[in-house]
Amino acid sequence: MKKRTKRISGIVLGMIGASVAVYLILSAFESNLMYFYSPTEIANGDAKSRQSFRVGGLVVENSISRAPNSLEVSFVLTDLKSTQTVRYTGILPDLFREGQGIIANGSMGSDGTFNAFEVLAKHDENYMPPEIADTLHTEKLREPK
Amino acid sequence: MIPELGAFFLILSLSLVLIQISSLLIGVQSDSTIWITLGKRALYIHALAIIASFVILSYCFASNDFTVKYVAMNSNTLLPLQYRLSAVWGAHEGSLLLWIMILSIWIVAFAFFSSSLPRKFVAWTLIFAGIISLGFLLFCLFTSNPFIRQIPPPSNGADLNPLLQDFGLIIHPPMLYMGYVGFAISFCCALASLMLNEYTNQWAVWARKWTLLAWAFLTIGIALGSWWAYYELGWGGWWFWDPVENASLMPWLVGTALIHSLNATAKRGVFAGWSLLLAISAFGLSLLGTFLVRSGVLTSVHAFATDPARGIFILLFIVIVVGGAFLIYGLKASQIDDEGYKFASRESYLLLNSVVLSVVTATILLGTLYPLAMDALNLGKISVGPPYFNAVVIPIMAPLMIFLGIAPLAKWRHDNWIFTLKKLKLPLLGTILFSIAVLLMLVENLTIMAVIGTVLSFWVIATSLATLISKENRISVKRLDGAIIGRTIAHIGFGLCVIGITLVSYYENTSHLKMEVGDKTQLDEYSFKFASLDNVKGPNYEGVKATFEVTNNKETYQVSIPAEKRFYNTRGMTMTEAGIDAGLLKDIYISLGEKIGAESWSVRLNIKPFVRFIWLGAILMAAGGLIAMSITSKRVKP
Repeated sequence: MKKRTKRISGIVLGMIGASVAVYLILSAFESNLMYFYSPTEIANGDAKSRQSFRVGGLVVENSISRAPNSLEVSFVLTDLKSTQTVRYTGILPDLFREGQGIIANGSMGSDGTFNAFEVLAKHDENYMPPEIADTLHTEKLREPK
Repeated sequence: MIPELGAFFLILSLSLVLIQISSLLIGVQSDSTIWITLGKRALYIHALAIIASFVILSYCFASNDFTVKYVAMNSNTLLPLQYRLSAVWGAHEGSLLLWIMILSIWIVAFAFFSSSLPRKFVAWTLIFAGIISLGFLLFCLFTSNPFIRQIPPPSNGADLNPLLQDFGLIIHPPMLYMGYVGFAISFCCALASLMLNEYTNQWAVWARKWTLLAWAFLTIGIALGSWWAYYELGWGGWWFWDPVENASLMPWLVGTALIHSLNATAKRGVFAGWSLLLAISAFGLSLLGTFLVRSGVLTSVHAFATDPARGIFILLFIVIVVGGAFLIYGLKASQIDDEGYKFASRESYLLLNSVVLSVVTATILLGTLYPLAMDALNLGKISVGPPYFNAVVIPIMAPLMIFLGIAPLAKWRHDNWIFTLKKLKLPLLGTILFSIAVLLMLVENLTIMAVIGTVLSFWVIATSLATLISKENRISVKRLDGAIIGRTIAHIGFGLCVIGITLVSYYENTSHLKMEVGDKTQLDEYSFKFASLDNVKGPNYEGVKATFEVTNNKETYQVSIPAEKRFYNTRGMTMTEAGIDAGLLKDIYISLGEKIGAESWSVRLNIKPFVRFIWLGAILMAAGGLIAMSITSKRVKP
């Protein structure tokens, strides 16, 4: 094969590959992005247009309550300014505890409770998910003590 | 005194790297053997100094020297010795030192085994390798010195993260680093050949071996990480599309493209430019992975404590090293000349392989970096989850598997489609029969993706076996060709891996429920009985052990599986030790959630079909890589 045709065939192959990828990305991207909101942002109505999203914050002390006969649990998250109640059915991660930063994936219920399908906790007690650290940081700045 | 000695050795090795780079540069310019030899000697002593420094840090851990801040943060007198030693790379500073040590071992190995290569080529390779060492040593000394003291020392250390107190985590980081860092050799070889305008097969033959070795380590490293996550995180996942997993998968994918492209360059003198570009990208992505893990920009298991200075340093280093490499490539690329080939030839399939793998890498890169870009531009905090990666990666990989089956049966240079198809008739027939069998077997529980996945995997395995009996490749004792044997084993491994991924994804069965001692439940054909609950005590933890008796309906299977919940006192962390009865065809996986109510626990029961195939496949892939590397193959005659 001549150098020219070879180069052209290489470019054509690359273009086909790239366009397939672009198509797949565009169709998969928007529907699979998860936006993160703090309880304050939810209270402000920022998350209203979102079907499903993530919420993060600290678990409020003594806010964990369990259903007697199932694995349903509910707890309250705070960013030190607003709070958000979260409901979840399943096994909580090992590092889920009162006073710790966690992230929940799910959607808002009609009663104002966040229905989580997944709860993520940090893996190390020194580690705080950057989203939560950021939220707590900005909220502290806004609210001087 | 002893920790200071460790820091001293680090500084010593830094000065030796400077001697190495400068004397090699003089040697290359004046074509003088003496200067090149001096440069090599400096390299050897530099490596010894790094190893000494690493041994000293290990000694500080072994002797519980809590005046060293890093030891105090990551160890404890109650921690068993093997974990105290592996705690050396349990956090940022020490794992960076491990990285540097492995880098110098790779470079020394290259310098040692390269006597048959042209002197200038070796010298240039070692100069670029020296620059990389220099960057990492500066990084270590100025932002992450593991030997910094903390006076007065705490009475006891903060202990190692319990998640890391595990055999898998002793060997996962060193293996992964062997892979990441090994790509540095391919990278430096590529730059050396650009500097010397030397694009013939010689550099490719060499780079191919080193790349295969690095790739095999990386494969094992990634598989170990996946296996560890499976049994240690307690919820039975084996891949999360976590950004840090992606950071290791991207160099692997580009590395895979690289070994295929280098194969064509070494054997046929084609794709020289592609191979160089892929070699630069593979190491560039390894560096990017380091940046993502170490800068704290990611939400991840692996994100160590955040320190912006570290992130900026690595980012600058990436820009200089990778940017510089691409600049050299851009200046020289027009001089690269390739040999020709026909459209219907093995070369075309190998090109396709490179294109597909690069496209997959690009889509993963986009999904990994997009949230960071959005956050940096204040456009909101988002995350890109597994659905995106599955939706994008799977459809792109499917055609790759079809062509993977055909390529090894196509001839180099030029071939005839019909001729290739004729050789495929046996595996094609086998695949059709297999598809019918799969459809009948899964008829009650049919998922189209599961059928596609298993059939494609079968196709890959069947065609790989068919290559062994085809005329050109037939193996005889006289003509033992490592490339063919290695390729066949690696491709079969890939097929098995995909079978495992497909079946466990679509046919796993999970149940979360509340149980107390004496309770019984049924999942698939198995019955689970919560038989007993006992207290256990370890060296640095306390916990409970639940024993489950599992029997199948025919009572041919009867085992008792212990699952533990541990509380590590020093860090105040709770840990799940999953109970797993591993089998080739299925795993029974039980983990304890938490105590709810007076007597009952939340329990997770899983039946995971074919999950072992994922890691078995990875082991075969790595083995194939090692065989292809160690048995020399012949060059196709022009």
